[in-house]
Amino acid sequence: MREITAASITEKIRDMCVEANYLLPDDVSECIRSCHKTEPWAPARDTLGRLIENIDIARNEKMPLCQDTGLTCVFLELGQDVHIVGGDLNEAVHEGVRQGYAGGFLRKSVVADPLHRKNTGDNTPAVITVDIVPGDTLTVTVAPKGFGSENMSRLNMFPPAAGEKGVKDFVIETVKLAGPNPCPPIVIGVGIGGTFDRVALLAKKALMRPINRRHPDKYYSDMETELLEKVNALGIGPQGFGGKTTALGLNIETHPTHIAGLPVAVNINCHVTRHVKAKL
Amino acid sequence: MSDRIITTPISKETATSLRAGDTVLLNGVVYTARDAAHARLVELLDQGKELPIDIKDAVIYYVGPTPAKPGQVIGSAGPTTSYRMDAYAPRLIELGLRGMIGKGKRSQDVIDSMKKYGAVYFGAIGGAAALIAKTIAECEMVCYEDLGSEAIRKLTVKDFPATVIIDSLGNNLYEIGVKDYIKSA
Repeated sequence: MREITAASITEKIRDMCVEANYLLPDDVSECIRSCHKTEPWAPARDTLGRLIENIDIARNEKMPLCQDTGLTCVFLELGQDVHIVGGDLNEAVHEGVRQGYAGGFLRKSVVADPLHRKNTGDNTPAVITVDIVPGDTLTVTVAPKGFGSENMSRLNMFPPAAGEKGVKDFVIETVKLAGPNPCPPIVIGVGIGGTFDRVALLAKKALMRPINRRHPDKYYSDMETELLEKVNALGIGPQGFGGKTTALGLNIETHPTHIAGLPVAVNINCHVTRHVKAKL
Repeated sequence: MSDRIITTPISKETATSLRAGDTVLLNGVVYTARDAAHARLVELLDQGKELPIDIKDAVIYYVGPTPAKPGQVIGSAGPTTSYRMDAYAPRLIELGLRGMIGKGKRSQDVIDSMKKYGAVYFGAIGGAAALIAKTIAECEMVCYEDLGSEAIRKLTVKDFPATVIIDSLGNNLYEIGVKDYIKSA
């Protein structure tokens, strides 16, 4: 049994909230730079150029990449041989968010109740997902999620007969319906299988995988490649002003499901796809 | 094509001369407002009260900036998705609101009001918030400070880059741009 203090979790999450909002992950940043070189449509190239400028300003001047510094999604892979001491695990996470968003001059974008809508003032609570895993370490992922793109996400419970075609059509239709709203070029997380609740989590987790890493199963990695090509043939382009670069990446995650069902979820993220991972 | 310099407040004549796809550099005062502030503005109108800003020929920027660090005018300040303001925008356009800056689609109701009263919808680059902050020279609190980032602020912008997405004739860059690109591809 290894002990990890609540205070060290708070400190880690505080720093990760700030880092995630100032520094775009390398995989996304490199993809935008490479699309800037290959984008054939001039207005789209111009927009991509400005996105690169923005990435550089945020990094050099320690500013948030986007004013929507997100609802803070925190994923914990908690080793079963870890003992958290000195405080409550959930509260340690919320406190890290509280400190990170205050100290990092990040926007407080959380309301305490979905209908009464009073801002909590400190960006808490975080949305925490815990997976118990073997081992004695705690792996933390902090992913601030902007809602311009979150609002464009969709879920459907298909009958099994809808099959591969049903899934593919739903993904393309979701991107088409979203159009310019989620700040393209987007990153697309697709969940297939599980239950109503699980499939949404799969789609969210798909967004945590680097966009240059394909699904380990060739059937799904081929589907990722094919769907990304189809999305980029829609012509929506950066900001929806037309162009080839509609999406930077598309990741699929799957889970076993019921004999009667084929759940599909599409979680859309913007070009500011933020996530930071660390081990304690 | 060089960017056209537009100074606010924007006259009806200037607004109606802009066309979807034009790139502009905005200069002068723009007011910030998003969901919560719009709800309060329209509530005031419902009560027959005066608005806290001079809406005639004004430009509203749909933005909720991050807090300014010491020494900064404003934090990161890119546009938010505009359709959430669609329920309120026609009331303001009717009173003389001339320009809106945001990103994303608008409802037919908003477009009809824009055509009727001669207003223009500009797009700023969503997610280029640190870059856009560089063009904001002054920031002053106007009202609704309790709303935090959603408060109404008076910004003075200098060469703020924007693109006309929907013009006063109803031409829409989201449709034209995609069509033109596909034709060229």
